Amino acid sequence: MSDIPLNTSVAGVPEAAAPRQPPALTTGPAAWLRANLFSSWLNTAMTLVLAYFIVRYAISFVDWAFVNAIWSVPNNQTAACRALKTSPNPGACWAVITEKHRFILFGTYPYEEHWRPAVVCVLFTALYVVSAMRRFWRWELAVVWAVTLVAIGILMWGGVFGLSYVPQERWGGLPITLILATFGLAFAFPLAILVALGRRSSMPAIRVLCIAYVELIRGVPLISLLFMASVMFPLFLPEGINIDKLLRAQVAVILFAGAYLAEVVRGGLQALPKGQYEAAEALGLSYWQKTGFIILPQALRLVIPPLVNTFIGFFKDTSLVLIIGIFDLLTAGKTAVVEPAWQGFGVEVYIAISVIYFVYCFAMSRYSQNLEAELNRHRVR
Amino acid sequence: MSAALDTDTHIASSIRTDAPPAILLDRVNKWYGSMHVLRDVSLQVATGERVVVCGPSGSGKSTMIRCINRLEQHQEGRIVVDGHELADDVRALDAIRREVGMVFQSFNLFPHLTILENCTLAPIWVRRMPKREAEELAMHYLTRVKIPDQALKYPGQLSGGQQQRVAIARALCMKPKIMLFDEPTSALDPEMIKEVLDTMVGLAEDGMTMICVTHEMGFARQVADRVVFMDRGEVVEQGAPEQLFSNPSTERLKTFLSQILRGH
Ligand SMILES: Nc1ncnc2c1ncn2[C@@H]1O[C@H](COP(=O)(O)OP(=O)(O)OP(=O)(O)O)[C@@H](O)[C@H]1O
Ligand SMILES: [Mg+2]
Repeated sequence: MSDIPLNTSVAGVPEAAAPRQPPALTTGPAAWLRANLFSSWLNTAMTLVLAYFIVRYAISFVDWAFVNAIWSVPNNQTAACRALKTSPNPGACWAVITEKHRFILFGTYPYEEHWRPAVVCVLFTALYVVSAMRRFWRWELAVVWAVTLVAIGILMWGGVFGLSYVPQERWGGLPITLILATFGLAFAFPLAILVALGRRSSMPAIRVLCIAYVELIRGVPLISLLFMASVMFPLFLPEGINIDKLLRAQVAVILFAGAYLAEVVRGGLQALPKGQYEAAEALGLSYWQKTGFIILPQALRLVIPPLVNTFIGFFKDTSLVLIIGIFDLLTAGKTAVVEPAWQGFGVEVYIAISVIYFVYCFAMSRYSQNLEAELNRHRVR
Repeated sequence: MSAALDTDTHIASSIRTDAPPAILLDRVNKWYGSMHVLRDVSLQVATGERVVVCGPSGSGKSTMIRCINRLEQHQEGRIVVDGHELADDVRALDAIRREVGMVFQSFNLFPHLTILENCTLAPIWVRRMPKREAEELAMHYLTRVKIPDQALKYPGQLSGGQQQRVAIARALCMKPKIMLFDEPTSALDPEMIKEVLDTMVGLAEDGMTMICVTHEMGFARQVADRVVFMDRGEVVEQGAPEQLFSNPSTERLKTFLSQILRGH
């Protein structure tokens, strides 16, 4: 800019006022600190007290988690770790993670086959990443999903292509969590859209059915749904037919998530002005054209925040399958510290599991913020 | 499209008496709950005829024209549009909605689609027109309403008057035989009203069959073949604009006209 001569003085026009610096201390970090942390004596006092506690606990946490921590121990000799727990300078025993991480991640899956669930986790994550990119939002994406899910099934079960067969009872850890969450959302979301539309249908039978579904499912805790799926449901099946436990839990999870998501979607449908429906109808669009091109694209955009909120809550709710004996990530973690040598190191394990959950949930949250900004660009003038 | 509103000359009539009526309402009744909003409304609109409907607020004007394309359902009487009787037959309704375009007071453009997409959506999906052809058609009508350069913008980026002209172009892209307007200028600032009315005058000149709810008396004088005055759900009086405005025969119309004139 500086090499462009600024000639603002035109004959007869008073020279424009020279640009001035903003008054001191209205911008920059110092000003921010002053405005937000030290604007009055009360604020200053609170800032100092809080800062003291934050720094103190941050220091002890760093000491515990890093400085005094033990990262590995030779063959299950946890004596050093135990000593550290009671010492005046306590530290974390990350050795439990080093030792048990494969069990936590993959549960009781045969040890020498662990590469298979590992690849499955990578495949799932890659699938999320690809699906998240708008430039891949084409119909081919459905094919990619189908192929990937088939590959995941083959890897987990085996029994073909020289892979040894692994029964579902031995699956566990992160793949279970990802399977439950992915299939759960992939089926619950379309179900939710249909139910939300059905609740606003002009056909009374459909409306009543949808309302009954939502109210029934919302009225019971997920835990009891899972119990019903695992204990009661098999009683109704004819002799000899046996649907596997994971599938039953999966169905319960889908029904549960579907009811909650349906209410979120319905909120979006209700927020749309009536004129949008009328304009679409007046143009002669059929019900599904109107819904697909006009109503849903707008309604879903409106509810991205509560939708993702429900997704995240539900991702974590999959951990409840532990009560019917399915070995998800959290259950695997709990089981890892059952062994006498490692008893008492639950905190470290739970922290490690939290980090895994956090990575997935935080990614969802950040992604939804970007998506929302991008999709709502048309609202900005 | 050269028409200017201030001319006193009435544009040439294009009524075709040889053709069957475009719209026929025969003793139509409608209730909202227990409120009787349309009472024995009978109206016949010939092909090429331009009808302006006026009346006080709440008199049932919107309800009547919304019954014509089934945005509202009437409960008694017959409505025949372009030879199709409006009943529970879904195919007749589809046919009617293809042939009847509607323009709303609040524009109702689709905010998540560009102007061009707004205009091409229905031709592509309802008329099954190839995309290229639909886009050419859309550009043709957008040029007619004088905003071809805005085609790739979103509705939120346009002024009210521009949005309403897009709404007119969007309806025209379906090549309707009949156009319904429900107070198309009431949500607009005065300086934008004229650009929309000019567009509508242009349409009238082309011989479009139109029913237009409006309080723009200048527009009615210049364009309407007939003015229909409604009050409390009834058609109270109808006739040529000059005759109706200068010689109202009912007390209700006199009161209405005096209020309208006072308001301007
Ligand atoms: N969806 C509805 N439910 C109940 N009553 C309604 C509904 N829509 C309109 N009404 C009532 O029906 C009557 C006629 O309404 P309508 O909108 O047709 O009037 P209008 O002549 O178009 O008035 P305006 O000039 O204010 O647009 C009014 O008394 C209104 O309150
Ligand atoms: Mg109205």
